[in-house]
Amino acid sequence: MDTVHARFKEKIGEVLLPGDVFSFRLPEDGEGDANIKTEKIICGPGLRRNGEEVQVCKSGILRHKQPNLYWIDSQQRRYVPAKGESVIGIVIAKSGDIFKVDVGGSEQASLSYLAFEGEEVQVCKSGILRHKQPNLYWIDSQQRRYVPAKGESVIGIVIAKSGDIFKVDVGGSEQASLSYLAFEGATKRNRPNVQVGDLVYSQFTIANKDMEPELVCIDSCGRANGMGVFGAEGLLFKVSLGLVRRLLAPQSEIVKDLEKIFPFELVVGMNGRVWVKAKTVQQTLIVANLLETCENMTSQQRQTLFRRVAEGSL
Amino acid sequence: MMELEQSCSVLREFGSEQSLLSRPDGSSTFVQGDTSILAGVYGPAEVKVSKEIYDRATVEVLIQPKMGLPSVRERAREQCVRETCEAALLLTLHPRSSLTVILQVVHDDGSLLSCCLNAACMALMDAGLPMSLLFCGVTCAISKEGQIITDPSAQQEKESRALLTFAIDSVERSVLMSSTSGSFSVHELQQCIAVSQKASQQIFQFYRDSVKRRYSKIQ
Repeated sequence: MDTVHARFKEKIGEVLLPGDVFSFRLPEDGEGDANIKTEKIICGPGLRRNGEEVQVCKSGILRHKQPNLYWIDSQQRRYVPAKGESVIGIVIAKSGDIFKVDVGGSEQASLSYLAFEGEEVQVCKSGILRHKQPNLYWIDSQQRRYVPAKGESVIGIVIAKSGDIFKVDVGGSEQASLSYLAFEGATKRNRPNVQVGDLVYSQFTIANKDMEPELVCIDSCGRANGMGVFGAEGLLFKVSLGLVRRLLAPQSEIVKDLEKIFPFELVVGMNGRVWVKAKTVQQTLIVANLLETCENMTSQQRQTLFRRVAEGSL
Repeated sequence: MMELEQSCSVLREFGSEQSLLSRPDGSSTFVQGDTSILAGVYGPAEVKVSKEIYDRATVEVLIQPKMGLPSVRERAREQCVRETCEAALLLTLHPRSSLTVILQVVHDDGSLLSCCLNAACMALMDAGLPMSLLFCGVTCAISKEGQIITDPSAQQEKESRALLTFAIDSVERSVLMSSTSGSFSVHELQQCIAVSQKASQQIFQFYRDSVKRRYSKIQ
């Protein structure tokens, strides 16, 4: 009895893969049969008894509970990467509909969908693995291309008016549609004042791979909440998605450092578009250039640069 | 077996740079010895209705030669690269979109197709397109005496009797695509595949190191 338990014991807490086998075949002594009959190994999920063997059929950690219960822990508490550590990204399941562990945010640049393909989690994008308690994992990657995702606020450019909707370019693979009635205080008689070429700050209500994305400029209560047409003057430019996320973080250092130089208005869209307006054209251009360059700088370099600009401009 | 030991997978010195172009969503350059390729990736972007596929992305590859207009030779190479990319990318995530890979030959000193594959893979990683595996290209030349040379230069290619290029995947080291010319035996083919799989190790390690280095600055 000890030998069998011993064999399991040495594997407790270890990662096992389907195909691993524990054999009960003891050496051919007289006691052979007697020993097998007396042990009762209870196989939990992930283990399967097959005559004299116990086969592992799920990948995970072998766990043990007294006196004789063994199982494979294959919940996502323990991450069993098929390949790599923190560099290559996480795979979205092929069908995309089953087992989606939503990693919040959902835009593919910063937060990728984690899905179980069987019991493996595969990585599909290169980047840094991030973790949030208790069991949220995603890949932080530096991507330039925006993929629309529901709930995100973006800066769009109105391209066309057709019937009851506006066609808005958000930088994705197709244009999004924005209805006339999706503005605060808009009715069929009272149409919003939106022209082709205007900038709109709006949110996605529908954004998935199968349908045309749809935008709205009101929140669920019917209030504009900062959304709508803007940008009478000022400058619109494009940055990478990583920088945009850093700007939108609650205590963003970059924004704090920039505020010290001179006052300006800033609108940040999650599609990588940033709109800036300062008192003079020169100041606007300075802010735009600073934002574009601080993408690849460490915080030290950035602070020295901002300090130099602040002294220079004063 | 003797031949396998002699022809150890020695690759020429290679290097790469990512995100060097400002317009494309992902770009890279890959240099193997003197052969150099510049790659740019756009996607997921709009696709013409005639080319769109309802449940997957459409992959387009364009290879621009150093001189002249693209000809049938480039079209053949484009097909090889496109099929490899389609095997590696998760196309169902972007239906009715297009993923375009554009490769510019900066200098050709042998092993052109494998350099194109490597540059394409680095550019796809740079663009953040979801992939299920990475791929790399390895070229083998069989000399007239039967010796296998990996990553041949243009001169070595000219003097060889057969030229084989394989695209190897990173997960199982299996062959995703093969493109061969010249005459060789089945035994030589298997040897070349074995040599290429061994050489691909170096290239995948290089991918990992370069991406790690790139992200270490941002950490």
